[in-house]
Amino acid sequence: MREEFDAAIVGAGPAGISAACILADAGIKTIVFERGEYPGAKNMSGGVLYGHDLAQVLPDYAERNCPIERNIIESRIWYLSREAGYSFGYRDSIFAGERKHNAFTILRAKFDRWYAEQARKKGALIVPSTVVVDLLRDAKGQVAGVVGGRDQGEVRARVTLLADGINSPLAARTGFRREPRPEQVALAVKEIIDLPSEVIEQRFGVSGADGVTTEILGEVTGGMDGIAALYTNRSSISLAIGANLADFAARKLRPYELMESFKQHPMVAPLIAGGQPREYIAHWLPEGGYDAMPALYGDGYLIAGDSAMLFNALHREGNNLAMASGKMAAEAIIESLRRGDSSKRGLAGYGERLAASYVLKDMKKYRRFGRFRYERKELFNELPRVATFAAREMLTVNGVSKKEKQKLIMRTVRKEVPLPKLFRLLWQAWRAVR
Amino acid sequence: MTATIQDKLFLDRFKVDEESHLRIVNGEKCLKECEGQACLHLCPANVYRLEGERITVNYEGCLECGSCRIGCPHLNIEWRFPRGGYGISHRFG
Repeated sequence: MREEFDAAIVGAGPAGISAACILADAGIKTIVFERGEYPGAKNMSGGVLYGHDLAQVLPDYAERNCPIERNIIESRIWYLSREAGYSFGYRDSIFAGERKHNAFTILRAKFDRWYAEQARKKGALIVPSTVVVDLLRDAKGQVAGVVGGRDQGEVRARVTLLADGINSPLAARTGFRREPRPEQVALAVKEIIDLPSEVIEQRFGVSGADGVTTEILGEVTGGMDGIAALYTNRSSISLAIGANLADFAARKLRPYELMESFKQHPMVAPLIAGGQPREYIAHWLPEGGYDAMPALYGDGYLIAGDSAMLFNALHREGNNLAMASGKMAAEAIIESLRRGDSSKRGLAGYGERLAASYVLKDMKKYRRFGRFRYERKELFNELPRVATFAAREMLTVNGVSKKEKQKLIMRTVRKEVPLPKLFRLLWQAWRAVR
Repeated sequence: MTATIQDKLFLDRFKVDEESHLRIVNGEKCLKECEGQACLHLCPANVYRLEGERITVNYEGCLECGSCRIGCPHLNIEWRFPRGGYGISHRFG
């Protein structure tokens, strides 16, 4: 291939395809490289997507038959010890009506393929089965295109967008983003478990195409800083569990064994009973936060999505940050091409847009959150244990007065988490999320 | 009943290349200098196994997460993406 493009995009995920749609709409000659056999073949997320950011790129996504699994009307949070747990949930009919598709579940192999197809229809060239192994530079050192693996040749482009995800040997090799340290990523494994749609609707108390998400914290991650999730799809359940990679290395827990014990938890097992596992996959989550973000653009290139470490762990948002950053990258590229300046200065519109948007504001707001969780392992050990103890005592009717029960609970709390430690934990939690 | 890692990987679709995309750079180092041998535990596909005197690399079942590359305390693993179109293909994702 010896053709020249205006824009080359590495990675056909939500960031890359969002950019491709916007660029193609503006008549920019765009090529997208995807290393998988098809877009989505290598991608994984818990499985929640947000309609708002998708509509910014494709306002008519529903009419274009977007492969939505279930529209989320209820979000649950569980805090579990090994054998028990608390459940909080919020259900709102507004999410079935006027704010329908605020959040919905997807399966990435289907969604990304569909999304890339929309970009192709708009005129972008999507090239699957192609690994980008290096970047071209011109005499001044400005990025000038990409180099494909194994005789796939070079493609010159005036601007290159790196949207190749969190695991990017390309970024590390070319120096555009440092290789993450183990504590800057979480390793998550995921299973898709088939269940008939009627069974899902019965077990989760929903009807039609509505669904429920559950985020799970506590002892299920084996004392490591981590999270699990259980999401409803049309006729399957997405089950995911992950933890900080440095914790995995230190604790010597095997990810697949963690998944197996999670599936056997008394709050999880009944929901997936009788289900048929269909797929088992693994991926990183960017956990480094604001302070681990690379320079987001430079001479001839920009970085978007997971590749730029854009991820909000507290609100399980990643796909939307990828879409929003991909769109803003495309807008900046259009500007730079019109001005004929794709240097760092010419692409500065990307940084300005990100800074003015919720993307960087949220990244900044939660910059302490990752470190807080990583350093306060009580959240995943002592706290769920004493919380379980307290609920058990208060709910057991055995002739002991409530006053005595309270004393017993407080003694246990003090033993497991001394009060100064508990106050420090609460203070740090507040600082991490305020 | 608990599913083993073999059961789990059996569900996935792989297009296996003849050549491995993963390589231990210096096998001696793993046995003589590496105490934790993190790769044996943290790999979600159990690609790295201690067999007798050496660590084998069963790249065919690699889920391509990258954890071994940065999790190896000696950065002793050379890690490439499989050739375009090869490796795992998610059917659901």
